[in-house]
Amino acid sequence: MPVFCQLCWSAIVDADGRIYIRNWQGGILSGGFEKNPKPIFTEGKNQLEIQNLREDWDHFEPLLSSLLRRMPVLETLEILKLVNCPETFTPDMKCIMGESPVVQGYFVLAGMNSAGLSLGGGAGKFLAEWMVYGYPTENVWELDLQRFGALQSSRTFLRHRVMEVMPLMYDLKVPRWDFQTGRQLRTSPLYDRLDAQGARWMEKHGFERPKYFVPPNKDLLALEQSKTFYKPDWFDIVESEVKCCKEAVCVIDMSSFTKFEITSTGDQALESLQYLFSNDLDVPVGHIVHTGMLNECGGYENDCSIARLNKRSFFMISPTDQQVHCWAWLNKYMPKDSSLLLEDVTWKYTALNLIGPRAVDVLSELSYAPMTPDHFPTLFCKEMSVGYANGIRVMSMTHTGEPGFMLYIPIEYALHVYNEVMSVGQKYGIRNAGYYALRSLRIEKFFAFWGQDLNTLTTPLECGGESRVKLEKGIDFIGRNALLQQKQNGVYKRLAMFILDDHDTDLDLWPWWGEPIYRNGKYAGKTTSSAYSYTLDRHVCLGYVHNFSEDNGEEQVVTADFINRGEYEIDIAGHRFQAKAKLYPVTSFFTHKRRKDDVELSDFHGK
Amino acid sequence: MLSAPCCDDRRMCVCPGPRRIGIPVRTSSLPLFSDAMPAPTQLFFPLIRNCELSRIYGTACYCHHKHLCCSPTYIPQNRLRYTPHPAYATFCRPRENWWQYTQGRRYASTPQKFYLTPPQVNSILKANEYSFKVPEFDGKNVSSILGFDSNQLPANAPIEDRRSAATCLQTRGMLLGVFDGHAGCACSQAVSERLFYYIAVSLLPHETLLEIENAVESGRALLPILQWHKHPNDYFSKEASKLYFNSLRTYWQELIDLNTGESADIDVKEALINAFKRLDNDISLEAQVGDPNSFLNYLVLRVAFSGATACVAHVDGVDLHVANTGDSRAMLGVQEEDGSWSAVTLSNDHNAQNERELERLKLEHPKNEAKSVVKQDRLLGLLMPFRAFGDVKFKWSIDLQKRVIESGPDQLNDNEYTKFIPPNYHTPPYLTAEPEVTYHRLRPQDKFLVLATDGLWETMHRQDVVRIVGEYLTGMHQQQPIAVGGYKVTLGQMHGLLTERRAKMSSVFEDQNAATHLIRHAVGNNEFGAVDHERLSKMLSLPEELARMYRDDITIIVVQFNSHVVGAYQNQEQ
Repeated sequence: MPVFCQLCWSAIVDADGRIYIRNWQGGILSGGFEKNPKPIFTEGKNQLEIQNLREDWDHFEPLLSSLLRRMPVLETLEILKLVNCPETFTPDMKCIMGESPVVQGYFVLAGMNSAGLSLGGGAGKFLAEWMVYGYPTENVWELDLQRFGALQSSRTFLRHRVMEVMPLMYDLKVPRWDFQTGRQLRTSPLYDRLDAQGARWMEKHGFERPKYFVPPNKDLLALEQSKTFYKPDWFDIVESEVKCCKEAVCVIDMSSFTKFEITSTGDQALESLQYLFSNDLDVPVGHIVHTGMLNECGGYENDCSIARLNKRSFFMISPTDQQVHCWAWLNKYMPKDSSLLLEDVTWKYTALNLIGPRAVDVLSELSYAPMTPDHFPTLFCKEMSVGYANGIRVMSMTHTGEPGFMLYIPIEYALHVYNEVMSVGQKYGIRNAGYYALRSLRIEKFFAFWGQDLNTLTTPLECGGESRVKLEKGIDFIGRNALLQQKQNGVYKRLAMFILDDHDTDLDLWPWWGEPIYRNGKYAGKTTSSAYSYTLDRHVCLGYVHNFSEDNGEEQVVTADFINRGEYEIDIAGHRFQAKAKLYPVTSFFTHKRRKDDVELSDFHGK
Repeated sequence: MLSAPCCDDRRMCVCPGPRRIGIPVRTSSLPLFSDAMPAPTQLFFPLIRNCELSRIYGTACYCHHKHLCCSPTYIPQNRLRYTPHPAYATFCRPRENWWQYTQGRRYASTPQKFYLTPPQVNSILKANEYSFKVPEFDGKNVSSILGFDSNQLPANAPIEDRRSAATCLQTRGMLLGVFDGHAGCACSQAVSERLFYYIAVSLLPHETLLEIENAVESGRALLPILQWHKHPNDYFSKEASKLYFNSLRTYWQELIDLNTGESADIDVKEALINAFKRLDNDISLEAQVGDPNSFLNYLVLRVAFSGATACVAHVDGVDLHVANTGDSRAMLGVQEEDGSWSAVTLSNDHNAQNERELERLKLEHPKNEAKSVVKQDRLLGLLMPFRAFGDVKFKWSIDLQKRVIESGPDQLNDNEYTKFIPPNYHTPPYLTAEPEVTYHRLRPQDKFLVLATDGLWETMHRQDVVRIVGEYLTGMHQQQPIAVGGYKVTLGQMHGLLTERRAKMSSVFEDQNAATHLIRHAVGNNEFGAVDHERLSKMLSLPEELARMYRDDITIIVVQFNSHVVGAYQNQEQ
């Protein structure tokens, strides 16, 4: 084939036809990712059988059709061989690598989703670094073996999910796409109630979480039609949910959060937590502390909220997908002490987030107790009764910066408390809300989330989390040295909030994440998450700003001044939009306290 | 239902006076979707019958306006071809019929605007489908039947076809039957509920009958006789169950009394004939005796005055008996050694196309009636099947008919159809429910049996029916995987081969039920014998009032045989 000689080293991919074509020893090698893959390992095949699969021409027919459509000349070519070999796929189309959460020192690199050849080099490098230094030089959480747990290894789950994942290889991948198979595995006790009220669901770590609630009179687009990079069809729905959070009160089922309890007979719990976490946990009983769980380099292994239930026990709330990773980390670093008990209580509690100015009214009516800030200051945790149910852990925080409460409810009371909250809340205009509303609220308040904005390579100092670090708490916690050094030398990147100025929400492509940030026309980093802020009527992106040297591209220190003095643009699919960078949330930007922080920050960067 | 003054049933056109038109419309012969004409006009063509005319004016009018804008010269041709002349006058005066106009408008838009999507088509086709797999024991299926698929597609509203399937629990064997009702569904419903009990009782040995009778006598729990395999839509009448039970009990009591003491082997053929005749007799008697309960009284009369044909198969090991009354048909699918399919008919239609039936009727009645007993291919010029359950109009004497109707409820009296006495009605009975029983010994090459009402057979040739089912049932396994090993094949050749194979498979994949698959072909086949979605969609979206013009109710049961078990029987005996 003369054509092919010219393309000797290139491969042709026809995503619509689901095929690739490449040169192979002077001939043509063509394969593809069919729509109807056949999962095979569940039939109990061993490795040997896998090597000897029979050719299946009928299965190959659609791929052959698109090959001949793309290159009709090939019709006259003779067939050499049809190779039928299985490939490995993972439930989220990303490979698995890293250390096993159960066997220390056992490293895995597998499930390459048939991209082993192209990813091999990088994957090998990171795994080698991981094994030698204890961590890779890039953030690989998305590939980390510990993002999965035993729950994703059921045969039926894998069988169904890989059949969905494989065709996606050549499908258009749109933002906020949810897998359709392997769903409804972990659910809150309120699932049916919420579903009946129009909840649409997303899944995280096998747990179903409501995205938003479709009002009865509204129709959303069919699944296929809803794929978009532009303004999505749920825009108005989320807007009304956000508005309700701002003006009245909403309830969000957040049961998926990973919940651990650490208890000890003496002071062991406090001591080990003080060593593991950057903030000072020796607080009065009933206080909640936002804190990072840092690695030696000061990077976030986890970002969580810890409530001190009593002198000797702590309640720890972390992101959903931390269930395996955080458990493994705690087990690795906590002393092996029989008097120190770590328990995963995720399944024991249903979490309801009451967000909004009227949450106080709803809760005080349900508990016959005053809930005003005087009686119940923010970041406080109390066990109290709600409705008939006793022993509900009420926490004055909402993960969004809005006023409200988190209720941690023993699951048998979940339905009762939910019903009570909804019926009492009626007169305060209560409604259900979902994670999309939560996301909009937290991003406009500049709340960084672990897994999206924070990862193992970002430190509290780089993302405005200084207040969550107590360097002088008297304990040499993990990562303290790195932070001290960073405080001394300054940070090399800084999380900032960008407000898009000339972006038309209706007509322009939306930012989703990963958009390049330009400072004074020069590339300065990428966004990590974004949301439309219904308060500002603008898109808000979070992202890290680097200071690359003009001469050699080396990273230089980033100061608050450096951020403030730049002109910024966010590049969405080739179109640059002007953006204002902020280091602190807009609404509190001009308050006295924040300004003081700002000054302090610039102070220590100036030193 | 009997209350319809002008009955739409083409088997039975008994409307007196000028309204009496019996056009035996053969669905397949309609130029339904020939490309030359705009769809709506074609759809109205078979509608041109007196009782429907007024509606057509309206609809035709609508079409006229609709098409005027695009092809004005086109319309007169259409009209001249299909609209009888008198219609033209009305056609020009649409204002007088303005209400019909609006009514027609809705009508016309149905087939014109909305095509059913493939999922919608599937949901219609699959609404009544039912599958039964004979359960396996220890991974082995010892029954000669693997299972059966059944389905029905209504054309009448409500559907007049019925189906039944049951396993005999006190004797071996399985019973399967299709029942095609006419002049309403009362008779086919009753037969579908009752016939299998009559057959099962006829097959029971003397001791079992005694045991059952003693149990009833002393109020003990009864041995279950049948295990039904029913679709949720297949119902049994609760109200009549006591009445039906009493009649059945009388039957077995007589069987007990008749017993001579010798425990002779029960002959299945005889049992089937006796059961058919006895049930028809009971239907007739119940209507004559009446019932104090007015609902039941009306019910038994409706059952007796409507009619039903029946085609029942009894399968016990390798012994297959088919008892047929009427024009439903049982067809055996035989796979020849070369893999091709051939059809073996196991029943004879009892209608005017059957010479022997014509002969029988002529023999049963005096010579002077020879010309009137079958007219226009119908019994007494009225009824298409020559054997049927119910239909006492063709069985009772005129006196008896008059007496029963007069003493019957008002609803019956008001009904023109029941009061109408068939012409040339001299020597009743003209009709019998006695079945013709065919015996067939199953062979390993006998793969399946298709039982279906005439709705299927009049749209498809038996050979096509057997081929389609055969390819459906075995198609998946039959297609050997292709291997290139050693041969010189070009990509183009391979592609051609693969596309051909896929085309065969694609229609098979859609259905999990052989009967559904057959209905899909029966309704949607184009002239090339392939399912045409557009045609299927049009046929299925016909409004209730029109559907019957294009097709009859279709009811199908496909019984799949277990060749291994059948083969084992054969070897045992050798």
